Amino acid sequence: MSELRILGEQAPAEHPHCWRCGNGPAHEHAEPVSLFCQFCNTLQPPVADYFSFFDLPRHLSLDLAELQRKFYALSRLLHPDRYTRAAERERRYSLEATAILNDGYRVLRDPVERAEYVLREAGFDIGEQRTRDVPPELLEEVFEFNMALDELKSGDETVVPQLMESRASFVSLLAEIDRELDAHFAEHDGAAGREARRAVLERIRKILNRRRYIRNLVAEVDRQLTAQGA
Amino acid sequence: MGTFQIDFGGAANKRIVGIDLGTTNSLVAYLDGVTPKVIPTPEGDRLVPSIVSYTDEGVFVAGEAARGLQIQRPERTVYSVKRLMGRGVDDVRDDLKLLPFQIAEGSESVIRLDLGGKLVTPPEVSAQVLLELKRNAEAHLGEEITQAVITVPAYFNDAQRQATKDAGRLAGLEVLRLVNEPTAASLAYGLDKRKEGIVAVYDLGGGTFDISILRLQEGIFEVLATNGDTRLGGDDIDERLMAIALEDIATEWGENLSGNLEAVQTIRRAVIEAKHQLSTLPKVAISVRYGGRVYQRELTRELFEQLIQDIVERTLQPCREAMRDANLTPEQIDEVVLVGGSTRIPLVRKAVEALFKTKPHTELNPDEVVALGAAVQAAILSGDVQDQLLLDVTPLSLGIETMGGVVTKLIHRNSTIPASATETFTTSVDGQKNVLIHVLQGERELVKDCRSLARFDLKDIDPLPAGMTRIEVRFLIDANGILSVTARDLRTGRQQSVEVKPSYGLTDEQVEQMIRESFERAEEDFAARQVREARVEADNILSAVEKARANAAWFDLSEEERAAVDAALNGLQMAYHSEDHRLILDQIEKLDAATRTLAESMMNSAVRQALKGTKI
Repeated sequence: MSELRILGEQAPAEHPHCWRCGNGPAHEHAEPVSLFCQFCNTLQPPVADYFSFFDLPRHLSLDLAELQRKFYALSRLLHPDRYTRAAERERRYSLEATAILNDGYRVLRDPVERAEYVLREAGFDIGEQRTRDVPPELLEEVFEFNMALDELKSGDETVVPQLMESRASFVSLLAEIDRELDAHFAEHDGAAGREARRAVLERIRKILNRRRYIRNLVAEVDRQLTAQGA
Repeated sequence: MGTFQIDFGGAANKRIVGIDLGTTNSLVAYLDGVTPKVIPTPEGDRLVPSIVSYTDEGVFVAGEAARGLQIQRPERTVYSVKRLMGRGVDDVRDDLKLLPFQIAEGSESVIRLDLGGKLVTPPEVSAQVLLELKRNAEAHLGEEITQAVITVPAYFNDAQRQATKDAGRLAGLEVLRLVNEPTAASLAYGLDKRKEGIVAVYDLGGGTFDISILRLQEGIFEVLATNGDTRLGGDDIDERLMAIALEDIATEWGENLSGNLEAVQTIRRAVIEAKHQLSTLPKVAISVRYGGRVYQRELTRELFEQLIQDIVERTLQPCREAMRDANLTPEQIDEVVLVGGSTRIPLVRKAVEALFKTKPHTELNPDEVVALGAAVQAAILSGDVQDQLLLDVTPLSLGIETMGGVVTKLIHRNSTIPASATETFTTSVDGQKNVLIHVLQGERELVKDCRSLARFDLKDIDPLPAGMTRIEVRFLIDANGILSVTARDLRTGRQQSVEVKPSYGLTDEQVEQMIRESFERAEEDFAARQVREARVEADNILSAVEKARANAAWFDLSEEERAAVDAALNGLQMAYHSEDHRLILDQIEKLDAATRTLAESMMNSAVRQALKGTKI
């Protein structure tokens, strides 16, 4: 099974010459980075950055219809189905490029994953360990919620209405957070200069941590209610 | 019309066929101009039974010839082997209750079937079916076939896919792509219709169930979600009916036949026949003749539907989950396509219609649509079809084992493939030289509830203090849904060597060994096969002549004619045990010639009888 291939051959920082025809530079250094050699149209080692890959500005708000259109268009150009009879090396690039395309589409079409990606690429730590810190304004509510959950686990079903109420309040909180995120996305995209953008990203990171925390609460209550057959 | 074909020779434009390697039947198809077509067998059949028999002569036969041996040689005849692909013996305890095969010792990671002393693995058995299809395609198209697209259930895991690929290699076929069956069906369905919208493909076959939901847009077939059950299908229905028949027989005859392979196969045929008829008739008679006794019972569709109600219901939950994963409600599904022989059952159609709130399409033959779609995919790969593209997904999440026996998911189910994930690993002990990564597939949280795929051993790590080494591991699922793993030492930038230990299935070395052995035996096998096939043909004509001798037409023949038939009959019986197939074929021809008048007069009297309206 699972034959081993040499993958992940990194595109050189500068990609001066086409691997096939030897002409260079295979594509202009300025973005957008072309996936194909401008001389012989051969597929080049793909770049791993999702925004450059889709030839999109590094924005947190994206037009999803445009993203899908690009995804389909790039799929037609890059998919391994199109390279069955190509040289081994071009087949490998096709597989690599399509994996990046698919991974990128999955990340970029989801606002939260998109924001996390931008944060990570900008060097922010978005580790899960932070989810343990209870947002201060929620301390009291979460405390009572956890008590009720414990009671449910020990078989006390009278807490179910209380849990459902908490759940509803968490869900509406999530909606509020999403609106907050949207506003920050717009602010990020409009910010002038790297420092200004980083400042917005730092705020977005905090909002995302809060969001993740609340989502986990909702997931937990759903899991416990299902387990109890309620 | 009017395509002008130029043969450049070589691999550049070799024909790629599409193969549906089914649990019950298999088909091969190709694209003729713009139309996908099923390639018939030399006998004119479109379906090849997925049955393989190891004959007394020590050769494999597949398809109809093997079906003929199912009752005579049940212990050497394998069917529904797809249920065993990519599995270990512990996985298939339930399946083996249905399948009367002997399993050899040491079948934990690859099952070895014992066919009267001959040990074979499921990929080897499937390879025989593929070989049969390959030969049929070569005979029909008049060219060598070495490349194929093979379909698999969408819900097949990595090991099952790899086993299917191995089967192709063993049959001398380069498997250019594994395509999911429901997706292939959508290709055949959406071809040249310029379809747009959301389509659900409900595929209930002999042994597996799949549901896939796709978005069709401008020639792109994008799978949004897939779900299923790799052990749910017509076989389970047959099992229900057999249990009833066996119980009845035990009561009526005072004899338990469940351990009698020959009887079980006879009963199996009868109940399957009844099942098929119940799709069009309100009631049927199950009739079994065995050992001079006859068992008969009536089965109404009403009772049949009660019997299979829960089986049909088991297909509905995966459908709901697929809709949930695709973020769709039944109202948003524009069309439903039915695939697989079991979707002929009226109750199945009713259930599907009720769930999706739309009348399913039935205009395509559910037995053929997958093979036709595979042919379209083959043409996409060869470049003959350019405006269509399939974007499929991985059916199961992929993860690695982390602390405390927990699975950390890296690639989630329903991710479009090819898909990848990267994870960085480090050492936990000073001087540690390898890191073992356990990769699993499945949706559950714990290792014990997921399916072990393989262990990847990162070897020859530079011995450094704990935590100093950083190895970046890349998991990549290709367009076939098969995983590969590569690793890189981030400190040195060097490619890190990885040893793969598959949990289930054959290693590459084992497959190559099998291929070598089959080459060595190829000539021998070929001669034995020809003899075998000649004998099967001889059996057919001998039993036909035997029957004809009881017909009134026999006595209408002249003395000389009868003597000539008897002489030819005798000649064939003498030649039968010869090891030279030409001798047998020669005598078959002679007997055929000698019985021509007899056959004609029987035909005429049959026609006369039929015209009179009397049943014969």
